[in-house]
Amino acid sequence: MRGLWAIYRREMSHYFVSPIAYVVGGVFLGVGGFFFNGILSFMMREAMQMGFEAAQFGGGHNLDVTSMVAQNFFSVLGSLTLFLVPMLTMGVYAEEKKRGTIELLMTSPIRDTSIVLGKFLATLSVYAILLVPTLCYQGFLFYYSDPRPSWTILLPGYLGVLLLAGALISLGQFVSSLTENQIVAAVLTFGLFLILWVLDLGAQNTTGGLGGLLKQLSLVQRYNSFTMGVIDSASLIYLLSFACFMVFLTMRSIESMRWRRA
Amino acid sequence: MIEVDSLTKVYGETSAVDHVSFDVKKGEILGFLGPNGAGKTTTMRMLTGYLPATSGKARIDGFDVADQSMEVRKRIGYLPEVPPLYTDMRVDSYLDFVARIKGVPSAQRGERVTRAMEMAHLLDRRKELIHRLSRGYRQRVGLAQALVHDPGVLILDEPTVGLDPKQIIEVRRLIKSLAGAHTILLSTHILPEVSMTCDRVLIINHGKIVAEDTPENLTTKLRGGERLRLLVRAEEAALRAALQEVEGVGDVTVNPVGTSGQLAVAIELASISDIRNRIAACVVGKGFDLYELRSDRMSLEEIFLQLTTEEAEEGARREA
Repeated sequence: MRGLWAIYRREMSHYFVSPIAYVVGGVFLGVGGFFFNGILSFMMREAMQMGFEAAQFGGGHNLDVTSMVAQNFFSVLGSLTLFLVPMLTMGVYAEEKKRGTIELLMTSPIRDTSIVLGKFLATLSVYAILLVPTLCYQGFLFYYSDPRPSWTILLPGYLGVLLLAGALISLGQFVSSLTENQIVAAVLTFGLFLILWVLDLGAQNTTGGLGGLLKQLSLVQRYNSFTMGVIDSASLIYLLSFACFMVFLTMRSIESMRWRRA
Repeated sequence: MIEVDSLTKVYGETSAVDHVSFDVKKGEILGFLGPNGAGKTTTMRMLTGYLPATSGKARIDGFDVADQSMEVRKRIGYLPEVPPLYTDMRVDSYLDFVARIKGVPSAQRGERVTRAMEMAHLLDRRKELIHRLSRGYRQRVGLAQALVHDPGVLILDEPTVGLDPKQIIEVRRLIKSLAGAHTILLSTHILPEVSMTCDRVLIINHGKIVAEDTPENLTTKLRGGERLRLLVRAEEAALRAALQEVEGVGDVTVNPVGTSGQLAVAIELASISDIRNRIAACVVGKGFDLYELRSDRMSLEEIFLQLTTEEAEEGARREA
């Protein structure tokens, strides 16, 4: 436990001492803000148009524009996460191997579990910290919109983003544990993310068992249920077990370094 | 303190370490000497639990390195060939981190970190970022890292590599001062280092131990005594005759040095006794001019070369 805490502290300080956290955070918030602004103005235009139409022809739909803004924003956050998580995870093990510090960790009286979990939790915490400023955007919605956005959209949305990030971070760290080269780790991680992300696209034209299975495995399908404000237990369990499995694989990978090294 | 019993590491078809056995007693400094690629690092990695052995056993302080790895890791300080440094950290926070993962209780941590920096002469650089430090200082941080939890056993892989001569002397002095309280296994391919710091030497080549003794014994054993070198101005035959009369003189070889009329004389000693005074008295007594008289020991370097080349020749013969 002490080992885990020590690793966690070091990883956190590494992110914030180096420019990584600031660059990733800056891009994340900048692009996120840009999209939020875009979604908001688009929705406002649509809503106004709807209003005119309703006035002209009577009736019209009752649209919950606020929730739509929130939902779209979460979709954007999901895509951004896909791009930025490889930057956070690529060096986690690759750099340790390159610098030889992995030798220090592996000859210290701490368990491999502490190393892997400490690193995983640190990256997840950094990601969670990056999410905090996005609450400002929700604050705008809360303050200015009528009706107010519902917590039943926002809470599952943030839960979903964190679960998605957890799954992606665990995969990214596993890939990083396989190589000494950060660029290789980043490219490979990103490729795997994309495949997992669009798995259901390939499934659209297929019928039968395989298509159904691919749809079930697609991260975007799993994540989307959260953005719509639904905490779907199947998705919850899928994302959690995905992360657990990847953390487990990382532990095996670390362990294998002991006997694999030539 | 360290007991190694026919430790073997095989990579594919080649064995990097081949049935190596040795013991290191408490408080002793054992030098592990060998050319690059002889298996020094592999042996050390197996002792630290970084690599598993293919076969054989090793115990540190009574704990098996494979089965009781955690107990072993608590008791060793390890400096790998490349010091394992987080270069984006400051010296003191790096050492604090190492103390944490080595399990130093929080109450003693600050004191241990300061003590380690003191021993490695790092106190004036404690707030410096590691990547700003020179090679020599980094090596010292590596040493401090190995010392921070006050381990009983120190395993140092080429601790002086890449240092300038002044730093080398400092590091050697530090290592010597640690003996007694710590048991030290030190690897190097630099020979004078071994004779200066170690109580005992282990010469390893192609994964096998080819010699094991104290640096002094190794020298005497292999040489079978000393050789004296003289520089004398004299008539050759007369000098030869005079020297042969002195007790304890074995073979004498005489070579003229250029055109100066001086003669370079090499005297093999028949016994181990010191006869330099008698030689000097004889030469001067006969009225020759004595310019130089020195005893010439075979250096560890020569022994090392001799041992490792013999090994190579044997191997070549076996293959033929």
